Amino acid sequence: MEKRSGLRRIGVFEVMNALLMLAVCFMTLYPMWFVLVNSLNAPEYATLGTANWFPKAISFESYRVVFNNDNLMNGFYITTLRTVIGTAVHVLFTAIIAYGLSKTNLIGRKVYMKIALITMLFSGGLIPTFILMTKLGLYDNFLVFIIPAMYTFFDMVIFMSFFRTIPDSLEESAKVDGASDYGVLFKIVLPNSMAVIATIALFSAVYHWNDYYQGVLYIRSQDIVPLQTMLFKIIAENSMTFMQQQAMAQFGARLPANSIKFASMMVATLPILLFYPFIQRYLVKGVMIGAIKG
Amino acid sequence: MFQGRIRIFFRQWQLQSMVIPGIVWMLIFCYIPMFWLIIAFMDYSIAKPLFESPFIGLKYFEEFATDDRFWRSIRNTLGMSSIKLVLGFAIPIVFALLLNEIRSLRFKRTVQTISYLPHFIAWTIFGGIMLNWLGEGGVINQLMMGLGLQDRDILFNSEPKYFWWITFFSDVLKETGWSAIIYIAAIAGIDPALYEAAELDGANRWQRMWHITVQSIRPTIAILFILAVAGILGSNFDQIFMLKNNMNLQMAESLDLYIYNMGLVSGRHSFSTAVLFARSIVALILLFMANYASKKLSGDGIF
Repeated sequence: MEKRSGLRRIGVFEVMNALLMLAVCFMTLYPMWFVLVNSLNAPEYATLGTANWFPKAISFESYRVVFNNDNLMNGFYITTLRTVIGTAVHVLFTAIIAYGLSKTNLIGRKVYMKIALITMLFSGGLIPTFILMTKLGLYDNFLVFIIPAMYTFFDMVIFMSFFRTIPDSLEESAKVDGASDYGVLFKIVLPNSMAVIATIALFSAVYHWNDYYQGVLYIRSQDIVPLQTMLFKIIAENSMTFMQQQAMAQFGARLPANSIKFASMMVATLPILLFYPFIQRYLVKGVMIGAIKG
Repeated sequence: MFQGRIRIFFRQWQLQSMVIPGIVWMLIFCYIPMFWLIIAFMDYSIAKPLFESPFIGLKYFEEFATDDRFWRSIRNTLGMSSIKLVLGFAIPIVFALLLNEIRSLRFKRTVQTISYLPHFIAWTIFGGIMLNWLGEGGVINQLMMGLGLQDRDILFNSEPKYFWWITFFSDVLKETGWSAIIYIAAIAGIDPALYEAAELDGANRWQRMWHITVQSIRPTIAILFILAVAGILGSNFDQIFMLKNNMNLQMAESLDLYIYNMGLVSGRHSFSTAVLFARSIVALILLFMANYASKKLSGDGIF
């Protein structure tokens, strides 16, 4: 390929195509750049409207409001907690089921697989699920973020097909040495599955970090509302009041509500942006595995 | 035989103890809600135990079938899905094809990596940006006025007629790169010898793109198209829930949102479940049809 391309001259098409791709990159990055610029725009300019390219003058006042806002910081803490616990539980629970089901000599395997497969085709949906959560006492309970997200069929299948590729001899030699099934799973299989674990963990973490809907549905107590749910309320339902009050108390009416909005959006996205360069290849790998199996 | 299996069952108690909690989880979190669909046929009240609620047959099914708001939500769902399907389906394919023509491997990788990024940004954030852009003095208004296409601010998100297009364009902006991955992967799997042979035969760029690249990834395109058609009753709830408001609701209320509004906002659990039940049946039929179509086309089912 490389040799071939070296021989060809660069024509109008190549230039136009490269420009188009640059335009795609611009359109992809611009939304977050816009948020960054406006979160940093100094209050005296921010009141005049949003800045499109660069802040007129840089100020960190809106960030100071965000980091001093107990509500938002608690939301950040809840989201972090939910992401860490939710991801760990999901990966562990799903991997353990998948390992058991990957054993063809498992009694009842066919029935188990049917039970699992039907869940992919048919589900109760919003209202029955909502009633179930209420009956289980998960309404307004932090565990509503963790327990219903413990397992997905899709991730289980990915784990299962990966476990099958691990050579049997590896497991058998451990068995000969007297290891139990759990011993084999935790000492042999999981350490050899780090790539797939990373992929599934990352997808799970992104889900937990970005999800706002569970919080909207199930959470009423202010102290367990995740950050994204707060943002939803602030942005979509425009309930800025508590933040505005705080901003006014600290800075007078100088700091416009929008600046605080943008700063909190930036804070909520920063972890994703920071980790993105390192994790994106795992995420792509995940889609590939999913595409082949799905 | 049976006793033998029981003996093995107990001998492999470790393996069984890995699987059974998962099965129990599925029974609770997937099968119980399926069972609770039964309230579609009852006058259920959440305060009472299930079996104290009276059976009322198909009353709620008749009720929603004659509800204009229900049909409006069907229209909105099909409208948004159709725009996405007709205008949007080809966009990731075109992007993948054009990206494939980039010769510098490094540039290609960089563009690709950057193009995925918005997929991982929450709809709260992305929707928030869109709402700002579409509002008074926002980026879109500035752009339209700068181009001379309008002479004063339009509050795009307060006018229902724009809503479908807002969901379409914001979805394209957010998901194009991510949706292209699967095509990019399929293109990467094409044998380079095919291109060399075509070049020797004098095929130009567009001929190679059409006769080799597009033809090679045709099975992938077919499957994704079938899946998209099968999902036509679905909508991107995260997106719509974020962008809808009281002004644009008449065009924004998709079937999902209708179920949410009727069930959880108005508290009509049984009524909403009837809608949910009907939708699940139709969705299941569509899925089986999609599976059949996929088997016919590529000899391989989706599931």
